[in-house]
Amino acid sequence: MSLDPSHTQTPHLGLFVSGLCKSYGPVQVLADASFEVRPGEVVALLGENGAGKSTVSNIIAGSTKSDAGTITWRGKPYSPASPAAAIDAGVGMIHQELKLLPDLSVAENVYVGRLPMRGGRIDRAAMNARASAQLKRLGLDVSPERKVRTLRIAAQQQVEIAKALTLNAELLIFDEPTAALGSEETELLFQQIRKLKAEGMSFIYISHRLDEIAEIADRVVVMRDGRIVARHERADIPVRTVVEQMVGRSVERMFPPLSEPGSETLLEVENLSSPERSFQNVSFSVRTGEILGIAGLIGAGRTELVRAIAGADPISSGSVRVAGKPVHLNGPAAAIKAGVVLVPEDRKAQGVVLDQTIGENLAIGNFDHVAPNGWVFPKAVQKFAEAGISRLGVKGRPNQAISKLSGGNQQKVIIAKWISRPPKVFILDEPTRGIDVGARAAIYDVIADLARSGMAVVVVSSDLEEVLGLSHRVLVLSRGRQRGILDRSEASNVAVMELATS
Amino acid sequence: MALSNGASELKAGPSTQAAAGAKLSALFAGTLGPLIGLVLLCLALSLTTDTFLTVRNILNVLDQVTVLGIMAIGMTLVILIGGIDLSVGSVLALAAMVMGFVAHPDHLNLGMPAGIVTALVVAGLCGLVSGLLVTVTKLPPFIATLAMMSVARGLANMITDGSQIIGFPDWFTSLSIIRHFGFLSVTVGLMIVLAIIFAIFLNYRATGRSLYAIGGSAEVARLSGIPVKSLTNWVYAICGVLAGLAGIVLAARLDSVQPSSGFGYELDTIAAVVIGGASLSGGVGSIGGTAIGVLIIGVLRNGLNLLGVSPFIQQVVIGVVIALAVATDTWRRRAQ
Repeated sequence: MSLDPSHTQTPHLGLFVSGLCKSYGPVQVLADASFEVRPGEVVALLGENGAGKSTVSNIIAGSTKSDAGTITWRGKPYSPASPAAAIDAGVGMIHQELKLLPDLSVAENVYVGRLPMRGGRIDRAAMNARASAQLKRLGLDVSPERKVRTLRIAAQQQVEIAKALTLNAELLIFDEPTAALGSEETELLFQQIRKLKAEGMSFIYISHRLDEIAEIADRVVVMRDGRIVARHERADIPVRTVVEQMVGRSVERMFPPLSEPGSETLLEVENLSSPERSFQNVSFSVRTGEILGIAGLIGAGRTELVRAIAGADPISSGSVRVAGKPVHLNGPAAAIKAGVVLVPEDRKAQGVVLDQTIGENLAIGNFDHVAPNGWVFPKAVQKFAEAGISRLGVKGRPNQAISKLSGGNQQKVIIAKWISRPPKVFILDEPTRGIDVGARAAIYDVIADLARSGMAVVVVSSDLEEVLGLSHRVLVLSRGRQRGILDRSEASNVAVMELATS
Repeated sequence: MALSNGASELKAGPSTQAAAGAKLSALFAGTLGPLIGLVLLCLALSLTTDTFLTVRNILNVLDQVTVLGIMAIGMTLVILIGGIDLSVGSVLALAAMVMGFVAHPDHLNLGMPAGIVTALVVAGLCGLVSGLLVTVTKLPPFIATLAMMSVARGLANMITDGSQIIGFPDWFTSLSIIRHFGFLSVTVGLMIVLAIIFAIFLNYRATGRSLYAIGGSAEVARLSGIPVKSLTNWVYAICGVLAGLAGIVLAARLDSVQPSSGFGYELDTIAAVVIGGASLSGGVGSIGGTAIGVLIIGVLRNGLNLLGVSPFIQQVVIGVVIALAVATDTWRRRAQ
């Protein structure tokens, strides 16, 4: 392993990435990223959520522009202005969410945008024959005339690969290709990658499944906080080493002191499973004054789990009890009545009505308090809103449009909406997503206060520091399964990541 | 909504005045633009014709917009929650035919009260079915009500095999003719009372405020414990009932019912609501705005008639007004 990029500059016709930087406003998401991909090799790009892997890939694939830095590809300077330009240069990307047209045929998807023509009409025979040949090269036996919608995810992915092959891609970027695949399908994909590698194709391979890396990758690049923190010349590195490099030691952050939890159990979740199997057989309990963190990688089922507990999504089996009483989970209204409230993951789409004022947003969900006889008077809303605003220190007035507030203040409004009921169980999904680092401390204080006032608090976050800093205990999910509950004393970055990537 | 805040802040002089201004602007939230348009239109017509600004003509305009006005109240609710109802014209015809069939001596002859009640129930059921198609079958509102538009029109024709029913009791037709206190017919009074009731409902009832939340973001509303599905069903049912009521008013005005009546009314209704400042994506709109939108269409038709403009050109003008009204609204929003 070496952190010095200069020694890697051996001449070859692969990809050299050097000093790439990218910022969104004041937030630097990529800083001085340098690495290389040689012809005929697979480079694994590893890192936590938000480490900068996607940004690097998007720059190479032409869908994002870098602020600084250069790329050399096949011996020439390379700065694609668009994905189309990248494809012309032989660089393709297979996204995690496949970008296919589900109602067109396999062959049409492979040749979309450059359908073979003959005499002003589409030459279907030629198109189908050529698509068929590419699919056979991948070992896929499906009719080119079949609609993509009718194929399984694994087969759809291969259609994307076939498309890239017909575009003469020399470098393919895979973003989490195996996230939706079973083990046999994963093995098939690996066989194809090895075959194409032998033909001289290069790959950048992004995955959270560290166990796969040793099997498929030749070299490993580890990213953290927008920087490349390690380069390994071989892939069979102990998982623990990689995890340590991925989580690293982050900047010291300010988390409020946590108070001792009470003894009474407020929330009991037993064998909860979702109909889509996004989580299965999850069981845990939270006491009064306790904060339970839920950690896991993207797609582990964290959001699905807490949404189900809050009645937002249906469950297939299991039970939830609040203060000993079973909750009939047939909708958010029932959960709210039982004392379970949720601050949802996507603030703009699920948390606030952007067209309305702060006061109106606070009143939604509290009409039983604000309007005891069903009459909503502006004065009552104003009074209710002022109480919530001052309790949480929201920087705004009740009749101000909520769209004008910062993310942190919007989040406080959503918390304030529920705080007066008062709830027994307070669930917060990604409470600081999209909120300035400086404003996060205020949200942490609010969360610690919720627990101090005797509520059972559940916090879901992709930010590991945050989960560890805020929680008395941490539940780790991986691929919908509960991998363990760690006590504050034993919950370290590495311990959590080991469970989360298992 | 933001505009009304701005307006009340601008007016902020003595605090009592500001409070009164805020209350008024709440009732006519976001309707300043359409209101200015209506005033300018009336001014122009007063100057170009000597008949427009007469009590008789103004009362005529009110009479002429009753059917549109009553339907537009229901449509306002539907558009507020982010829906659309294309079936109101057909439901109007179906309700009118049901009333005629039940009440008329040539048919069931069960009396007018029975006819009116049956008509309103049938219209409400049509709306409810549209609502259920949206909430349970998950059809887009456009498709659900397009289907209902066809079904209701077909049913209206089936009742008498396409022929009209003529002649209702004098008391019934006089509802739209006799002007009590010298100016107010029962049907115009009905429209005004309904508008006030629904304006109060939307502004001051928890359920009314919930409709704004649903239109602003159905998911936020649902996660906040608002019963989105059942409210959606209710809104479509009420829109149906009001369309049925409009059909009865039309029957009183014409002293007859025909299965082809109300053809194309859904588009006039939607136009009135949209001219009144409602957003087709939901969450924005008010009864006050819709009232202005209805009056703009009514005054425009009336004025163009007085000016002797051909009905074909009237259609062109109304189309231009719709585009202008919504375009200014969009520009204003973008400017903010």
